[in-house]
Amino acid sequence: MEFFLQNLINALQWGSFYALIAVGYSMVYGVLFLFNFAHGDVFMVGAYIGFFVSTFLLAADLTSALSLPPSVTLGLVLVMTLIISMFLNSFVGMLIERIGYRPLRAAPRASAAITGLMIGIILETGNLAILGPQRLAFPELIQTATINIAGVSITNKKILIVGVSILLTLALHLFVRRSKWGMAMRAMAYDYVVVPLMGISTNTIALMTFALGSALAAAAGILYGVAYPVLDPNMGILFGWKAFVAAILGGRGSILGAGLAGFLLGFIEIFVATIFPSTMRNLIAFGIILVILIFRPHGFFGEPHSAQLRL
Amino acid sequence: MPLLEVRKMTHYFGGLRAVNNYNLAVEREQVRGLIGPNGAGKTTIFNLITGVYHPTEGNILLEGEDITRLETNQIADRGLGRTFQNLRLWRYLSVLDHVKMARYSKLTYGLAGAFFGTAKRVNEEKATDALAMELLELVGIPHLADQIVTNLPYGAQRRVELARALATEPKVLFLDEPTAGMNPEELIQMMDIIRRVHREIGLAIFLIEHRMKVVMELCEIIQTLNFGEVIAEGTPEEIRNNPLVIEAYLGKEVVL
Repeated sequence: MEFFLQNLINALQWGSFYALIAVGYSMVYGVLFLFNFAHGDVFMVGAYIGFFVSTFLLAADLTSALSLPPSVTLGLVLVMTLIISMFLNSFVGMLIERIGYRPLRAAPRASAAITGLMIGIILETGNLAILGPQRLAFPELIQTATINIAGVSITNKKILIVGVSILLTLALHLFVRRSKWGMAMRAMAYDYVVVPLMGISTNTIALMTFALGSALAAAAGILYGVAYPVLDPNMGILFGWKAFVAAILGGRGSILGAGLAGFLLGFIEIFVATIFPSTMRNLIAFGIILVILIFRPHGFFGEPHSAQLRL
Repeated sequence: MPLLEVRKMTHYFGGLRAVNNYNLAVEREQVRGLIGPNGAGKTTIFNLITGVYHPTEGNILLEGEDITRLETNQIADRGLGRTFQNLRLWRYLSVLDHVKMARYSKLTYGLAGAFFGTAKRVNEEKATDALAMELLELVGIPHLADQIVTNLPYGAQRRVELARALATEPKVLFLDEPTAGMNPEELIQMMDIIRRVHREIGLAIFLIEHRMKVVMELCEIIQTLNFGEVIAEGTPEEIRNNPLVIEAYLGKEVVL
């Protein structure tokens, strides 16, 4: 039982990263019928932005400037890093939409998918060219504290990571359900052409979709840095692919579905690794997902839709 | 000054001239018709005026303002609303949501309102709901407000589209074949609805129709289009007896 609970907590943390990235994938796919294959790299860029922002904030020495106790400063730096990096990364997303995807609105979807792959490679190699091949160590923004409950050890980092990712996923879900912009996003998902005739600028909504997805990817990047403080330019590739799988598994355009599927993916991976040799982790995990998709091709929460791609 | 004016509009698709030297003047509260054989360019003209495409040459003026180069959503905001020949609804949204979506640019509550349900949001939502229900009543489907559009019969879906277009508060309403695919009973109902909408809201209506009964009974002025050019314009009576119109529809009389 302890063994199970311990792994459950590890799985929740692992799934958090997938969930936050998958949600962005799912939004873009849902609203624009577009697989933004650069999204994993947007996560990577977000982690790097988080690195620079937090390093800058730590160097600014808020402890003496604001005469705060050191532990409060660290917390403040973490919160500010999250907010500033999410804000900055949203511009990365909007830039990708504006430069990469908007000119291809009328092009076949395959062209846009290739564009996504290219943008991803540009981000990876661009990072490599500017910052060099060495890995960066993400600053320690939280001093690890471990709590033991019934033989299960929980760190404050894990609570933070899982809490923030659930909170952000729910916030995005509420945004899509309750705000007028979210409603426009849903309308765009069903029929693109009439949306501007309702006085809604589709370009604005497209930018907003990318901005939100990228902001959440930045949050995922920083939380990842908190848990695993090593950044390298290729860290987004595998995460991107797995989050893509989670987005499909969740169902087109379903924010909660993508979030839940992200967590599910975390569970499958962690539990497979506890039972089988870890080299077989991805093999078995994706085998399971293949079987799920055979029986639920539209994912868990997706509305059935025709294969017709438009826009 | 006419409410909506189109001057010398020409449009090419690649090398194909789809619309040639098209002129239009819609007066306030006027009901106009646009007829012509298949492929004459009727829907293209609708798309050009409502900003789905931009014309190669010519100008479009709404209340004297040049709207030719504006984005589609800006044109919609200024007061051109439309429905489509083939229904374009958002499949899994409810009837009420369709009509409310058309109020998008009139909603002013922001993020805080969306998340925490501020008084402003509550009031605006209430007003939007009330207005949407009024429009659904006008087109005769208030009882279907909570239905998902995919589940509705065809005639009802057409009415949803009409209500949605009306919710944008158009000054000119463009109806692209409002009775296409309808049975005779639905057709009579739709004509009644169009008359009622025109009477109660007092907007100008510009409609494309293939059914002569509808055009002749509803419209004050009719334009006939053939190969992208207006070949006749006039009252229903004038159009009915115009030899060019008869020729476009039936072909030239051949003496053997």
